[in-house]
Amino acid sequence: MAFWLEIGKLTDIPACGARVVETPNGPVAIFRTGDDQLFAVADRCPHKQGPLSEGIVHGHQVTCPLHNWVIDLTTGEAVAPDRGQTACFAVKLEQDRVWLQRGDG
Amino acid sequence: MTMIPRKKPHLVMVGNGMAGMRTIDELLTRAPDRYDISVFGAEPHVNYNRIMLSSVLAGEKAVDDIVINPRDWYDARGISLYTNEAITGLDPSSRTLTSAQGRTVTYDTLLLATGSKPLVPPIPGLTLPGVCTFRDIHDVDQMIAASLTYQRAVVIGGGLLGLEAAWGLKRRGMDVAVVHLMPTLMERQLDQAAGELLQKDLDQRGIAFFTKGQTEAILGENRVEGVRLSDGREIPADLVVMAIGIRPEITLAKQAGLDANRGVVVGDDMRTTDPHIYAVGECAEHRGQCFGLVAPLWDMAKVCADRLAGIEGPLFAAPKLSTRLKITGIDVFSAGVLAAADESEDEITFSDAAAGIYKKLIIRDDKLVGTVLYGDATDGAWYFDLLCQGTDVSALRPTLIFGQTSLGSAPDPAQAIANLPDDAQICGCNGVSKGSVLACIRDKGLTTLDEVRAHSKASASCGSCTPQVQLLLSAALGLGSVVESVPSVCKCTESSHEAVRAAILEQGLKTMEAVRRAMGWKTADGCAKCRPALNYYLLCAWPGDYQDDSRSRFVNERVHANIQKDGTYSVVPRMWGGVTTAKELRAIADVADKYAIPTVKVTGGQRIDLLGVKKQDLPGVWADLNAAGMVSGHAYAKGLRTVKTCVGTEWCRFGTQDSTGLGIKLEKLMWGAWTPHKVKLGVSGCPRNCAESTIKDIGIICVEAGYDIMVGGNGGIELRGTEMLCRLNTEQEVLEYSSAFLQLYREEARYLDRTAHWLERVGIDYVKARILDDPAGRAALAERFEIAQSHVQSDPWAERTKGLDAHEFNTLTVVA
Repeated sequence: MAFWLEIGKLTDIPACGARVVETPNGPVAIFRTGDDQLFAVADRCPHKQGPLSEGIVHGHQVTCPLHNWVIDLTTGEAVAPDRGQTACFAVKLEQDRVWLQRGDG
Repeated sequence: MTMIPRKKPHLVMVGNGMAGMRTIDELLTRAPDRYDISVFGAEPHVNYNRIMLSSVLAGEKAVDDIVINPRDWYDARGISLYTNEAITGLDPSSRTLTSAQGRTVTYDTLLLATGSKPLVPPIPGLTLPGVCTFRDIHDVDQMIAASLTYQRAVVIGGGLLGLEAAWGLKRRGMDVAVVHLMPTLMERQLDQAAGELLQKDLDQRGIAFFTKGQTEAILGENRVEGVRLSDGREIPADLVVMAIGIRPEITLAKQAGLDANRGVVVGDDMRTTDPHIYAVGECAEHRGQCFGLVAPLWDMAKVCADRLAGIEGPLFAAPKLSTRLKITGIDVFSAGVLAAADESEDEITFSDAAAGIYKKLIIRDDKLVGTVLYGDATDGAWYFDLLCQGTDVSALRPTLIFGQTSLGSAPDPAQAIANLPDDAQICGCNGVSKGSVLACIRDKGLTTLDEVRAHSKASASCGSCTPQVQLLLSAALGLGSVVESVPSVCKCTESSHEAVRAAILEQGLKTMEAVRRAMGWKTADGCAKCRPALNYYLLCAWPGDYQDDSRSRFVNERVHANIQKDGTYSVVPRMWGGVTTAKELRAIADVADKYAIPTVKVTGGQRIDLLGVKKQDLPGVWADLNAAGMVSGHAYAKGLRTVKTCVGTEWCRFGTQDSTGLGIKLEKLMWGAWTPHKVKLGVSGCPRNCAESTIKDIGIICVEAGYDIMVGGNGGIELRGTEMLCRLNTEQEVLEYSSAFLQLYREEARYLDRTAHWLERVGIDYVKARILDDPAGRAALAERFEIAQSHVQSDPWAERTKGLDAHEFNTLTVVA
């Protein structure tokens, strides 16, 4: 069963930045882009497991700090020619509260 | 063993190496669904680039970097991969294979790609611990492990393989000796003159040689202790590497009764004497010839893939071969014959012993039939093409030895490559022709070198063809010569760094958004390349005024520590001029204990690195270091890193000035400065230069008469010695001139230019004109530096232990 979990306030996350939520399945990076949209992806680059939450955020993309792979936050996929994908999770904003979808494994 | 019913014919490959997997890769592009494919590899690894093992040994690449097909590549294509499972039995009559683990598999079509095994002479002592070959990852692991514990290595074999092994072990810090049976090195690829030059070069790099050395025995009781030669010489050794050559691995083929001599006999279509069995790669013998270089193996893969796909494609014909040696800084190329065989062949030679350059061409019937190049192999590809094409060179002959640039028709490298025919090979490692690189760029719309590497594989292996690939890319994109174009900041804009910096000042642009708007940026918030650059340019232009944007900084500069491969951080406190105290060392030791920091290492810049600190521990570590009086060393910054010093007049009997004291003054003056790239200083107390000042961005060498200021040195990827700026009389002058130089670099270099890159571009004369010939300008530069420094000299660690940017160091929340 999927359910929503409140994880914090929008202002906890810097614009063009990310914060990490620790889960039993590993860290999830919650991104806030320059246009104040939210994205949640596993905090592991598909290349060498770099912490994506530490990368520079531009548009709806993040550049991994370890080897500069660019990951599309909307799909979790690496931007060509690199190939790979990191898991994406549902995240939503209600008033100023951020909610992350959990469950279903 | 249950048999799974198969709908498609079963193709089994024995061997999981480069030639075999390239065949499978080629087959899948032709007929993706034709077979169920199983691959058996005796090694525990996926397919990797064996050619690059020497780079792994030399520490230039990691094992992960040389993987060609990761495991998910096999999975995605439905290939069953059995690693660590050697095939030991083959029965062609029942089309059955047996593995070492006892698994039996039936095939419809079998592909033998068993490669080679190292050739080992029958001498005593081969089984002693510390003796290995140089063929696979396991061997390299053994060699690297030995280099950590032991000092003396002997490599047996002075051919391509042996020399690469020797060089790798030398790079790992071992004392290396090479034993070679023949009088000169690499005698199969080089003539005597080039072989001798090579030996001289390697000798100067500290490798010892025993030529005409026949190894008689490997000595030792419980571990190897040395090597004895037949003439009685004994060489002590803790590691012995056997690298005398390779021999096709054909045990399985022979046992199954296939025709085999040196290798498994194949026809022009790569089929063995059994119609259901193909062979490719080093194990195959084609018209009496076996191949150990990669180019013909790629050709075999294409021919075999055609046949497996049911295509009557071109037949295999042995190509002409060329060789390059993969030892950094040694340029060797050879192709065709090495010397004139008789009077019908002519040799043209060029030799400049002082410059270490030697070239030889062998000509028969007005055609080039061989070449050996040493020290300058830039024309290798051109000669090789003339040789392969059988071009009549009689008209070129008078200037042929001087290379392509000596011809009126080929004034520059771009023109040279434009003149090559489409089928000329550009990348020898991956067998990519000029035509396929261009087609790939055109068809896929590629615009960067990395894209071309990713899609065409050209320049993706050893990298020696990178300049040619770059030229092809520029030509295809219509950019003209690469060196002449002024690069734009990034893909978000057409504007150059210089144009952006000028606009910031002239139009008074004070935010990144204003710059992007004024300069017509194509993206709303830039990219990972331009954001740090713009942030720096604004910070430099408007000190104290511009608000630094932490979200435009690379993680290291944002969290004031260096991210490591596992996501932990390293912490380096500042040690002014490399001087520390018992109290500081005690505090460092306490911090290492308290936070269970796994590695404490002395850096090249005379300080101490604490490695493996967890991110959430950073503020605590900093607080403890602060309490002992230490501050951030900015080891993470595009900014001032270290000032390396020697002990100078205070202790040294040769010292001419107080180099340590001057180093500390310089560091106190410059710490905290943000710069286009990292900046390192050195101050040596005398011309013996113990602080290595001549490879620093700013290096001071003290002399009796004063201080020599040297600039633009770099000990990084490309070694560059400093250039002399001037000699000064007083410490005060040193401080002023150094600040002026640093400020000029801060104001005018492109982001990510080291001083060396910038100086190469503008020239030392320009810098002299600004610093030496214009006293007012120099004073103004130094003053601007002082103003900038007044805004940045506060310890970022202390600020963060007080709570600044706390969100950087805590998780948002923990959920169950």
